[in-house]
Amino acid sequence: MMTDADHVRAGLVVIGAGPAGIAAAVVAAERGVRTIVIDRGLEPGGQIWRHRAGAKLPATAMHWLARFGHCDAELLSGASVVDARRAADGVDIVADRGGRPLRVHARDLVLACGARELFLPFPGWTLPGVVGIGGAQALLKSGASFAGQRVVIAGSGPLILPVAASLSHDGARLVTVAEQASGAAVARFGAGLWRSPALVAQAVRYRARFAATRYRTGTWVTAAHGTERLTHVTLTDGSRAWDEAADVLCTGYGLVPSTELARLLGCTMERGAVVVDARQVTSIPRVYAAGESTGIGGAPLSIVEGMIAGLAVASPGAIPASLTRRRSALHRAATRMHQAFAPRQELRTLAAHDTIVCRCEDVRFGALLTASCARQAKLHTRAGMGPCQGRICGPALELLRGWSVDTVRSPIEPTSISVLCADDSDGASASDSASTGADTGSSFSSLAAGAR
Amino acid sequence: MAGQASARNGTRTTGAPDVVVIGAGIVGAACADALSRAGARVLVLERDFAGGGTTAAGMGHLVVMDDSPAQLALTTYSERLWNALLPELPTNVEHEACGTLWVAEDEAQLDAIRAKHRVYADAGVATEILDPMQLASAEPQLRPGLAGALRVPEDGVIYPPVATLALLERACTAGAELREGVRVDAIGEREVHVGGERIVCDAVVNAAGAAAPALTPEIPIVPRKGHLVITDRYPGFCRHQLVELGYLASAHTMTSESVAFNVQPRATGQLLIGSSRELAGWDPAINPTIVHRMLDRALDFMPALARVSAIRTWTGFRPATPDKLPLIGAWEETPGLWIAAGHEGLGITTALGTGQLLADLVLERTPAIDPAPFAPSRVHATAAAH
Amino acid sequence: MDSSTRVVRITVDQQIVEVPAGVTVAAGLLDAGIWSTRTSVRGEARGPLCGMGVCFECRVTIDDVSAQRACLVAVREGMRVETTSVHAAQGGA
Repeated sequence: MMTDADHVRAGLVVIGAGPAGIAAAVVAAERGVRTIVIDRGLEPGGQIWRHRAGAKLPATAMHWLARFGHCDAELLSGASVVDARRAADGVDIVADRGGRPLRVHARDLVLACGARELFLPFPGWTLPGVVGIGGAQALLKSGASFAGQRVVIAGSGPLILPVAASLSHDGARLVTVAEQASGAAVARFGAGLWRSPALVAQAVRYRARFAATRYRTGTWVTAAHGTERLTHVTLTDGSRAWDEAADVLCTGYGLVPSTELARLLGCTMERGAVVVDARQVTSIPRVYAAGESTGIGGAPLSIVEGMIAGLAVASPGAIPASLTRRRSALHRAATRMHQAFAPRQELRTLAAHDTIVCRCEDVRFGALLTASCARQAKLHTRAGMGPCQGRICGPALELLRGWSVDTVRSPIEPTSISVLCADDSDGASASDSASTGADTGSSFSSLAAGAR
Repeated sequence: MAGQASARNGTRTTGAPDVVVIGAGIVGAACADALSRAGARVLVLERDFAGGGTTAAGMGHLVVMDDSPAQLALTTYSERLWNALLPELPTNVEHEACGTLWVAEDEAQLDAIRAKHRVYADAGVATEILDPMQLASAEPQLRPGLAGALRVPEDGVIYPPVATLALLERACTAGAELREGVRVDAIGEREVHVGGERIVCDAVVNAAGAAAPALTPEIPIVPRKGHLVITDRYPGFCRHQLVELGYLASAHTMTSESVAFNVQPRATGQLLIGSSRELAGWDPAINPTIVHRMLDRALDFMPALARVSAIRTWTGFRPATPDKLPLIGAWEETPGLWIAAGHEGLGITTALGTGQLLADLVLERTPAIDPAPFAPSRVHATAAAH
Repeated sequence: MDSSTRVVRITVDQQIVEVPAGVTVAAGLLDAGIWSTRTSVRGEARGPLCGMGVCFECRVTIDDVSAQRACLVAVREGMRVETTSVHAAQGGA
């Protein structure tokens, strides 16, 4: 009953085809490294470079996607990594590609798994019609239309601008845009962008596309209402509260690094991100990390880190100083962004006792109050036991309760049983004598004798 | 609902406890419950949080097993206690009275099943032999060509972490106190040492499971690692707990690694797939080779599992003794010390029976079953014999 | 959506629905006005949240294979989508 897996061997395997993964793969492949890229999505680009056929992307994105298309790196799309293990001569990756197992063995590994949105629970946030800010962008770019829908955006971070612009362009009726950070914090951040006039220009262009809609700062959503679908939301600016009718609420409070694979391999983490050195090497030799998983910093930083990782894989030579300088400058910019858009205190107290926190298992906030750690909460309430494996409720609970995430084990994404027991071709023990099974005593002693 | 703050604090905090129970796993909880309800003042000391050790890792099956007459007696006794108690416990204990099907692959195994049927009958446990057609009707997802099965209707499944909390809540209602996050440094004569503090008592119960030897070094318990896989929700896929006959041999032998088919329907509709046994020290890492073999075995019996979505895998450490029986009784070398540990893969099933038996022994009441096979003193006899 | 976009016909809970070609199943469902992809453990309606395959709220059964994330699968002519969260007893073909 063993399933044949697709087997691939490479010099370098890159996990994630977003900006960091693409940059790393391009740079390594152009220098002769046999490179495989594994990506969950249907098309390369990750989240930020997602595009509908024929849609226009920024020049940088077009440049890198074109180079990626032309280089010798092989892209395996629609594949979700479920396991990764260090081997004597590299790493073994197991992925689920359309329900079939895919095994990749490579000498070097670049983790470019990106990030996901931070969702904070509030009453009604689980209603159909409530989506992420990045979530709305992803849905839009994968073919959804919000034309004619009344949309409220209430969340945080620079992501709000391009998403508001995209939705507006698509024909959505943008009712209001609410940024939880204070006006002063946003203004300081904007002023700090003087170093990057291109970014300022881009922000102005985005804002212009939804010029008719009010962009409020120091304002956040406290509740979503409706029965089977969103009908209206309650917003507040700290002194007064009011309702807005809405079909769609886009909410999200910035990004958190996706680090499951890094943690599975045992990489050192710090403040929720993968620790890397100047060459983007993690605490594990020949395992690199680049992009948002090393710390949220946006596409330009991801590209630089990806390039450095690709160069480091391809050669032991020094990394060009221009790249390391650029990386430092972008790190500083990222720090400014984090400071400006940090979630305010009020967001931690929005959840009521009956507000769902774990969406997979319908665990409400009140049920979690007696637990002192994530694992205890999980065992006693089932929070985190669902298919998302705690990816949505985990970061929220880290903010709300101070719990660090539980340990990670394979499979790091749900996968079919057939993928989980795919043939281990590295000299697996012969098919179980259990299939003969007749005399239990002797069959198990022969099993014991034959087992590795 | 089990788990409320009231379970954490007893109503009495002054005065020395009569009994200190070390370990708030399901066995410790059952001991605390039985002792408290008999009037003893109980203090439970738990290193991490209640029900978080081996208790949390297992399958939660309530199953009568006949590897030995003593095991049959203890599992039968304890299962009766569970079936009487479970209707009173909260629904999040997730009791599924699904019964067990011991599956026979061929005629030889069918003979073994008939023998098992007689043994169970002699012990007063009702069972039923299913022929291939009845088996297919009872479990449509089992592959065709099996020889039959033995159905044990009184068996079932529970969710142990919450069952543990429920038992502790009962104990605390009867006056017990639970302290979590407390590591016991040493056991003395009628006392325990906790971070420089001496807690004096009449009796100490070492119910620390696979960690029991850390406090009582001569206890011959070793960790026997097992893997489990849980799936997404597929209600109706499997109606009974399913076990292959080879499970007994896998549990019986102490050598090397083995896997045996064991699938359970959970109250959530998820399928819990096991089982594996290996001696790997305390290494909790998932062993992919063992997982592969375990799942291949499961696919042998239920081919449709191939497309079922698996959400999580984990490992746990069964406390294993050389003769497959737990240690329940006095540890004569240390006055006042009692042991309730070493239940291997039957900790959930035998928790209530263990608690009752231990309480009977401590309080010098007549136990309902013969305690001799579980006497910790047998360990010395075995050691002396070598 | 411009008028030259092709459409494909899929069935959603046995109803035929036309969606633009080349979109994901999640996007197609939204375009068809279907914002609820599953029913939660306690019976609440749920729809896509993260759009990128992390939250699993959009999981549907596609052509008898359960637990597919609709936001990660492109629509195909004749595809059968079921949005019930409780999988059929057969557990997939």
